[in-house]
Parts: sequence; structure tokens; C-alpha cells
Amino acid sequence: MFKEVGKNIQRVDGYSLVKGNPVFTDDIDLKDMLFIKFLRSPHPHAVIKSIDTREAEKMAGVALVLTHQNTPRVPHTTAGQGYPEPSPYDSVMFPRKMRFVGDRVACVAAESPEIALDAVKKIDVEYKILSPVFNPEDALKDGAPIIHDEKDSSGILDPKHNLVGEVEVNVGNLDAGFGEADVVLENRYEAHYAQHTPIEPHIVITYLDENGRLVIRTSTQVPFHVRRICANVLGISIRKIRVIKPRIGGAFGTKQEVYLEYIAAYVTLQTERPAKFELTRSEEFTSRTRHPIITVLKVGARKDGTLTAIDMRILSNTGAYGSHATTVMYNTGSKVLPLYRCPNVRFEGKVVYTNLPVAGAYRGYGATQGYFATESMLDEIAEKIGMAPVDLRRKIHIKEGETSPIFDALGEGKKGIPQVISSSKLPLCIEEGFKLIKWKKKPKEEGKMKRGYGCAIMMQGSGIPAVDMGAATIKMNEDGSFNLLVGATDLGTGSDTILAQIAAETLKVPTERIIVYSSDTDFTPFDVGAYASSTTYISGGAVLKTARKVLEEIILIGEKMLNESKENLKVENGKVVSKKTNSSVTYREIACNALYETNQHQIIASMSHISHKSPPPFAAHFVEILINRGTGKIKVEKYVACVDCGTAINPKLAEGQVEGSIINGISYALTEEFIFNKNGKMRNASFRDYKIFTAMDIPEMKVVLIPSHEPSGPFGAKSVGEVCINGPCPAIANAIYDAVGVRIRKTPFTPERVLKAMGEIEHLKDIHKMENY
Amino acid sequence: MIKIKFTVNSEEREIVTEPTRTLLSILREELGLTGTKEGCGKGECGACTVIMDGKPVPSCLVLACQLDGCEITTIEGLSENGNLDPLQKAFIEEGAVQCGFCIPGMIMSAKALLMRNPSPTEDEIKEAISGNLCRCTGYTKIVKAIEKAAKMIIHHG
Repeated sequence: MFKEVGKNIQRVDGYSLVKGNPVFTDDIDLKDMLFIKFLRSPHPHAVIKSIDTREAEKMAGVALVLTHQNTPRVPHTTAGQGYPEPSPYDSVMFPRKMRFVGDRVACVAAESPEIALDAVKKIDVEYKILSPVFNPEDALKDGAPIIHDEKDSSGILDPKHNLVGEVEVNVGNLDAGFGEADVVLENRYEAHYAQHTPIEPHIVITYLDENGRLVIRTSTQVPFHVRRICANVLGISIRKIRVIKPRIGGAFGTKQEVYLEYIAAYVTLQTERPAKFELTRSEEFTSRTRHPIITVLKVGARKDGTLTAIDMRILSNTGAYGSHATTVMYNTGSKVLPLYRCPNVRFEGKVVYTNLPVAGAYRGYGATQGYFATESMLDEIAEKIGMAPVDLRRKIHIKEGETSPIFDALGEGKKGIPQVISSSKLPLCIEEGFKLIKWKKKPKEEGKMKRGYGCAIMMQGSGIPAVDMGAATIKMNEDGSFNLLVGATDLGTGSDTILAQIAAETLKVPTERIIVYSSDTDFTPFDVGAYASSTTYISGGAVLKTARKVLEEIILIGEKMLNESKENLKVENGKVVSKKTNSSVTYREIACNALYETNQHQIIASMSHISHKSPPPFAAHFVEILINRGTGKIKVEKYVACVDCGTAINPKLAEGQVEGSIINGISYALTEEFIFNKNGKMRNASFRDYKIFTAMDIPEMKVVLIPSHEPSGPFGAKSVGEVCINGPCPAIANAIYDAVGVRIRKTPFTPERVLKAMGEIEHLKDIHKMENY
Repeated sequence: MIKIKFTVNSEEREIVTEPTRTLLSILREELGLTGTKEGCGKGECGACTVIMDGKPVPSCLVLACQLDGCEITTIEGLSENGNLDPLQKAFIEEGAVQCGFCIPGMIMSAKALLMRNPSPTEDEIKEAISGNLCRCTGYTKIVKAIEKAAKMIIHHG
């Protein structure tokens, strides 16, 4: 039995967070700070003909104005991914060509934010306007405006057709598969733009330390990638940079980007003064977004529900720059298709540039868009063959001990790695969820209100196999406590706490004896950072290995102190005990012996961990909704999520991940929407106009963690951070059909779109004319 | 410039400042009380909520010229002598804190609620924190934490 793992240990950072202690990036005050503000492009596609910054520079309190004319031009990707990054090198610090409304023209560093804002207005820019392209299908056509025609970019597959990347994989025989089918359906599904809206916008503070080294204190998911990318863009060596991630106020993928840090750093290097750069809420909305994806899905099935063929073609819109473009596209196939037992599968993906806001990593990372299509389609198939949706789900999913050819064929930006499912309690998740939702077969008429039920199943991964690496260092102190140093990045998930629990369990001490310090490139070992649902599984694996090594060392010293061989010793409650005589030495005595008495040395270990698997967590979601036929408004009454994340290291924190991702997902499905004007400018870049769920909007929620044991994970753990954001879109779409008999294949399910689907109104309002995005 | 006198966390303060300066800016930059957070600067997210004369307000929308004679409580004023407020305790115990950025504002809204209504219903709690956006938790554990804190206060005074 575990003593620390599987327990609801309180967060190691909980006390400081509830007290409002100064733990976030912006909570420090540095002398002589400069404040940075952007001048952004008002045009979706234009070239800067001339730029005159003299008036701005003359203003009192302005320290520096940066443009493409006085900054290094180093093509790079802003995607904070492993090196070499699979995203194209299509960004520079300040481009000469503007590619979306909001692209960066210039910035001003001044004594106050107000002066910086005033100065920004004094910059005179003359543009040569180019025609834009907003529709991703148009962007691919011959003769479409070419968005990336610069010579020095690399990694773009076909710039002339705005094509960043493409992929096609075939397994089995698709034609034969469709030939065997009793039912073949083909439909088009569209998933829309969205923003992560962490309550803390992107923020960075840079300064020089007492030795003149650059310190970057930043709200990031990827401190080590920040260091590497900044070194490249700034043309300085990695050894001259220290990146510190303090507590960060939410991220969800949007802080897996590196694009403010090097600008603040450049200001600091030029002026030798601290600099602060924080996005406004309105800027945050068009900082990075979810890739809108169009999926054309054709599925063949036999009457008994057996899937015979799946043909999935996607077109992903990466906006003006290709951050995470190809990897998200791959993921839409690789994290979705292996869930389904089907011998004949084709996946074709294309990702294109448009003159719209830049997409990037967002919780779910392409899988969310993919599951909207597949799980909607499964309900359509179920209806055709006269099977209950839940019965079809019971039948078609991959099971423990099985593999999918897709694992091998399709990875993340490249070929995948074969793997067998070594843990899955999805069948139990489906049964438990079905029981809890109390699905009523014939929804009762309730006047204007119609009730409906829907379900969806889903999976994700646990880290990127053979790519993601985490490392840990543990050192022992005289009082028998341990410093745990990890590169892993707690972005609010509680990973510092669960990594401490893993260390404590292994070292057989209470978690409070583990002092965690994370994400400081000077003091902690490397970790790729917090993304791809990797931290518990990959970084946790590193902590487990490191703790085991330290434990070996402790036992070795115990052997000598007790004059007893290893076989006769056991470790319990912070002591090494002789099984024969029951005599013992405490950790405190062992640490003091090592530091001060015999064969003096620091008890310390560092280990790294990668995995050649990415064991999927699984989930089954069930939803009950009420639709008002008069207004088209959907109310989610009840949401049930049953989740297999392996061993939950900290069940309460794991539940929190599930609850948070579900509400994020429901909010995405129902209310969150980018509304653009004809210039491609987002018209609703504020919380007033971009509706995210509040406490008033949440349904009754039932989350059940159904444990499995993943042999390759620390104490049997898999990931839990992303998987559940994949459920709400399809589950709600299916419930809408159940309630009112209309199938909506385009998110979000706003009242207008619901009314239109029901034939109650003919046209969407003008503001939705650009609704393809 | 105007001179204003007001109370922050039971301490008298007197400052000279621009009349249009926000309370949020005064708290964070002038008084060093960085527990109050800025999430939007437009009164739309609730991260900067403080209690002003017993009512929760977004401090980014309160100007210096409105402050004279007012009594302000911020998150720093909730714990006394290192003892956490029941709300702070309950938030930790219930796992209601993830990134923690919205939490000071959330707790201040909840505090104002419990001050005027010591045993609120679930709906009253949801309404009281409906101006405080949280993107991490899905609110469920926050509502539970506030229910728990209310019980703690009633039972232990």
C-alpha cells in the first residue's frame, strides 16, 4: 500500500497562493524598470514601406524604439518544442511584412506603460497593402496571395500555396474496407478558433544580474526552450541566459510559445535596464489560438457496428505563422484514430497559412478538433444501423493488449512508434458513466424545453514518445529532508506536488520532507516543459528513478552504520532498520554521517527519463442537456466523466484537471467564438464579448476516476491534463441531435446556430459572414 | 494630484496621487500589496477584487478620487498573525486552487458574501463569484470550498 501516492496531499504551493504572496512574474518590483508596448499592424496583409520612429524617440521618458530596422533578423519558430523544432522557421523578431491584424510592427520601451502607449501612437508607418486570404481552402488555390514569400524562412512545404505541411498515411485497404461496409457515411465537420484565456496574460520581466548575465523571469511552460530560442534569436550563448519560471497564472498551451521573451531581453541588453512586457487582455486574445480544423470524414461500418474503413481528411488553419502547425495536424490523426478498432484507415492532413491570428498549442492539441468529427460521426453511424450510441462505443474501441497500426504510422510531426495498450479501463468508464447519467430512452416533451443525452469516448497520450525528456536531482539534508530539483514546469496543475509525492513515496518519508524547486535553468536539470500531457508520466518517471538512486545510497550508508548487509535491511518511516536486530539509523543520522563523519560526501543523484511509449489515458463522457426551442439556447444539465488516468498520484488534483478541462471544453462548445470583421480583425477581444464560462454556467458535474495500472508509468500513472477537453463538443452535438433531431457539424453551438439548424431562422446575422474560421 | 486618506487592511494610509489612478495600481505599485491581481484591467475578470466598505469591487475600476475615507480589505488582510482565514484553509483543503491567479479575487468575493450571508446556498455562492473568472478549476471545487468555509465559520466562530 502507498503512503504518499494516491493521497490528496495538499498542494506544496497552496499556502503561498491563497495568501496572495508575491509568487507570480509581475509580483516583483525592480528599480529603473522599462515598460514595453507594441505597435501592431492594422492590416491583415501588408508590407512596411517606411517607418519613422523619430517623433516617438524624441518623447521624454522613451528609452528605445525597436523595429525591423534595428533588430536582428533571425528566422525561428516561436513554438517551444524540442530541438530541432518540427515547426517552420517563419518568424523574426520584427517582420517587414505584416501577416495578420495584430502582427508586430514595432515596440517602445519607456519609463511608464502610459508613455510607451503614447509613443507607440507617434510612430509613422507607411504600408503597401496586399490582398489577404482568410479562408483556408482559398489559401491553397493557385493565385492565392502568398503569405510567406520571404527567402530566409525554412521548413515550409509549399510557400506558393501557403501550405506549411501535409501528411498522408494508409493502413490496410481502404477501398476493400468500404466495400465490406453495410453503411458508408461522409460528412464535413468544422471546429473553430478559440483562445486559452489564462487569467494571467503573457508576461515577462528581464534584467541583468550582478554579473551582467541576462535573467528572464517569465510566465512560460517551457523554460529550457525559452533559453535556447532566445539565445538563437539574440545571438548570444546559452550560458549567458538564466530563465526562471515563477508561479504562472494558467497557460493551457498558449505559454508554450516564445515570442515576448527575446524582445524584453533585447531591450534589457541594449539599455542595461530591467524591462517588463505584459500583454493586454485584448492582445492576449490574438496571441495564440486553437487551430480551426475542417475535417471531412468518411466511415464504413457493418450492421453489427464493426468499423470497416475510416477515411479522415483534415485542413488545419495555422493563421499567419506556423507555430505547432504540422504537429497539431499529425495529432488530429495520431491521438484520435488509434482509439477505434478498424483495419483500413487513411489519414490525410494539410495545414495552411491564412491572414488570421496565429494558432498554436492548445490543450487537446488537434485531438479535440478530431474527436468532434469522429465521435459525431459514430452517432450518425449508430442511427443508420439502428444501434444505441453507447452500444456502438462499447464495441469499437481499442482494448488492453491490443495495438493500432496508426501508432506506428503516425506520430507527432513524423512517423510514430508502435505500442500495445498496456492499461485501459475504458470499458468500465463507459459502463459507469452510462449508469450515472441515467440516460432516458425517449426524452420527455417539456413544452419548449427539449431534453437530450449524448456521449463520447476519447483518449490522449502521455508525453511524446522517444522525444520528451525530463530530469530530476535529489539531494539530502542533515535533517533527513530532501531538495527535489526538477526542470518540470508546474503551470498550475499541481505537478510540483505530485512530483514531491512520487519522491516521498520512494524515499519513504512524508511529502512535507520534500522541498521542491522547479523550472530555473541555472539550478534545475533539463526538462522539455509542461506540454503533451508529459509531466506526471515523463518527469515523474525521472523523479522515481532519481529517488530510487538516492535510496540506494542511503541504504549503502545504513549498511555500514548498522554493520549489516543490504538483504537484512528495510527502510521505513525515514529510517533504515535491521530486520534481524531491529536496530536502526534515522535519515538524519545517515545524512550527518555522510556530510560530517565517514567517507564524507553529499548524498545526491540526478537521473533522466524518456519513454518509448505514450500510454493513452481514456475517458467516457455523458451529457444531459436542455434546449430551449424558442431561443436555441442550450443548458447543460449534467455532465459525467469517467476517466482512466492510471494511478492518480493525487486524486483531488487529478479531478481538478478533469473538471477544469470539461468546463473549458463545454465553454468552447457553446459560447466561445472569434468574430472577425472583413479585415480579419477579431471584433470581440474582451471577456465582455468573448464569453467563457462562469460559476453560474456550470452544470452538475460527476467525475469518476477509474484506476488502471500503467506498467511503464510511475506507480502506474498516466496523464490526465488534456484528455477530457476532447469530450464536450461531440457529446453535446450528439445530445442536440437526441433532443431536437438536428445534426450540427460546426462548432460552437450558439443559440443562432441551433435555431438555424432547426430551421427556425434562415440566415445567421451579418457578423457571422466570416464564419468559416 | 490629490491627497487621500483611507484604510487598507485596518491600517491608515495617506497618499498623494493622480485622481484617476486606479485602486489596483495604488495597491500593487504604491503599497506593495501584490496579492491583488490584474487579469484584464477592465472589470471583466474579477482577479483584482477587493472589499471596499463591505462590498466586493474590481479594484481596476475604482479611482483614487473615490477612495477618501474608505475601508479596503485585500487578500493580505485576511490572515492574521499567520493564521489563515477559514476560506483560505478551505480552498487549500478542497483542492480549489490550481494556478492560483484568480484565487485572491475569488476569495475576496467569497469573503464579502459570507460577511453579509453566513450560510449561503449553492446558487448564492455561484452568483457571488460569477464575476470572478477561473479557467483552471471548472469552479466545482471552489464552490465546495466556500460551502466548507461557511460551515467552519459557523461552527468555530
